[in-house]
Amino acid sequence: MSTIEIPPGPPGSSGPEPASEPVLVLRAEGRHASRWYRQPALVAGLAILAVVVGLSLAAPLITPYSPIAQNLNDSLLGPSSSHLLGTDQLGRDTFTRLLYGMRLDLLIAFLAVLSPFLLGIVLGSLAGYFGGWVDSVIMRLVDIVVAFPFYVLIIALVFVLGPGKGSIFIAITLVGWVAYARIIRGEILVAKRQDYITAARSGGLSNVRIMRRHLLPNVISQGFIYGMSDIVQDILAIVTLGYLGLGIPPPTADLGSMINDGQNFLSTHWQLTTIPGLAVVVVGLGLSLVGDGLADLLRPGQ
Amino acid sequence: MGRTGFVAQRLLLLIPVAVGVTIIVFFMVHLIPGDPAATILGIHATPKGIALLHQQWGLNRPLPSQYWLFMDRLFHGNLGQSLYYGASVSSLIWSHLPPTLWLLAYAVVLTVLISVPLAVLAASRRDGVRDHVVRAVPLVGLGMPQFWLGFLLIYLFAISLHLFPVSGYGSGFTGHLQSMFLPGLTVALALTPVVIRSLRASMLDVLGADYITTARSKGVSPRRLYLRHALRNAVIPAVTVLAINVGFLIGATVIIEQIFAIPGIGQLMINSIFQRDFPVVQGVTLVFAVMVVLVNLMADLSYAALDPRVRFDR
Repeated sequence: MSTIEIPPGPPGSSGPEPASEPVLVLRAEGRHASRWYRQPALVAGLAILAVVVGLSLAAPLITPYSPIAQNLNDSLLGPSSSHLLGTDQLGRDTFTRLLYGMRLDLLIAFLAVLSPFLLGIVLGSLAGYFGGWVDSVIMRLVDIVVAFPFYVLIIALVFVLGPGKGSIFIAITLVGWVAYARIIRGEILVAKRQDYITAARSGGLSNVRIMRRHLLPNVISQGFIYGMSDIVQDILAIVTLGYLGLGIPPPTADLGSMINDGQNFLSTHWQLTTIPGLAVVVVGLGLSLVGDGLADLLRPGQ
Repeated sequence: MGRTGFVAQRLLLLIPVAVGVTIIVFFMVHLIPGDPAATILGIHATPKGIALLHQQWGLNRPLPSQYWLFMDRLFHGNLGQSLYYGASVSSLIWSHLPPTLWLLAYAVVLTVLISVPLAVLAASRRDGVRDHVVRAVPLVGLGMPQFWLGFLLIYLFAISLHLFPVSGYGSGFTGHLQSMFLPGLTVALALTPVVIRSLRASMLDVLGADYITTARSKGVSPRRLYLRHALRNAVIPAVTVLAINVGFLIGATVIIEQIFAIPGIGQLMINSIFQRDFPVVQGVTLVFAVMVVLVNLMADLSYAALDPRVRFDR
């Protein structure tokens, strides 16, 4: 069991601020970073993600087709050498739309995970560190957001804000921060009772400095671990909104709207719904594996 | 503090949440870009229609007074009039509620029926083949879009094998039981990974306890050991996990009802979104939040009832 035994540098004397960081970095690298490749889950997850991200980034090089240009003469073709996964009802190459759709959904999900992460960490730290009325106000806010089912609030927010990327960002931020705030608050409540924080306080460091340089580096890993599973949830939310017709407006390729389009051809052209869904499953699996591996790496005691 | 005190305390804590929920639902109108009335009515907007909405929602009054109007109506059970159906929102919600409650209950029952045996199986031999298989499945399941899983089930069990209807609510008890099986299973399969995980972990904890060793050395049969001695104590954390995820569960019904064409409040919400029927969307959102809050309250209370060690005083 080792959480944080090494105090981050002598408080008070910390004119050379970086003194606190190398100690932490040394501990992380010396004990675990050299072994990251021995985590099968992490390696498998990273490999899956590398393939998926590589394919979606290289989409224009891999496929000669446009993801949106229609070609009604070639509609609903089966898989062949020129159309690897066949075409949809508007004659668009399914493989091309898959790559571009994955690209867009991954991009939105990765960007959309950042703002709830930051907002949640700031609010969670404030609540955990100051306690009292600050804590009460922030935690009541959490209770209120949690009272709404995730999808209901996301769908309602995207509806009132109008469809499009911006609305998805805002909706995910307003709903997503609560989990980070809860996790970080809990971690801070434990960490702030440690001796090195008392030492930093009696050394006369400012609250902001204690939180930013001494507490945050020690608690943020839990935020990262949750973030990995949160991205999975965000991708699912984006795909679900697309499926419901509330996401990115057509004709832009998006996995959710592809699944929705294919729904009408489920009994004759099952690949139109199955393949985009399978892509989401693979991405989700990759991210979950990385999340699990990261958790093992960052929580050596367990 | 006794049982009543505990209940009173939980109810008291609900007040700020309830007020906050109504404020959020109230503010949904004000998040609409531009003039909400004009945006909601869209191409059908006439000066008369806009003026009517302004008057109905009190949009020309100051905010606090608007909120007061909203709350006053709410206390009288008035959620407004539907712009599309013409009926009152509360009557629409009442008539769409039974299928949703059916789906929720069915999903919970199926979740328990699936996850308890699997978790016991996984925990019975730690790190064995069965354990690894049961632990690997959730990894795949967690990243699976529910509606997609729904399609796979429809394709397999309804289109290929003709075992269940493709969609609908069915009629009569057996009709519901048959029609709602696939939707219930879809929701349950999304929930089982989480429940299996926590149930397996707490089974392993319990199996390491001294009283299990005692029972083993007394020669209690493995079957009796797992089912009577271990499972009973391991099930409590799993109930909590199930309760925590009830928000997810209730939200999932919105999507599942859409795929299986079940006339519940989730489908009412999505249809109303496409009709731009704002009062209905607002009303359904509020009802969903109330459902989550009530279930969480019940879970809190049942948790204390399940575990004799949990005292009502804190």
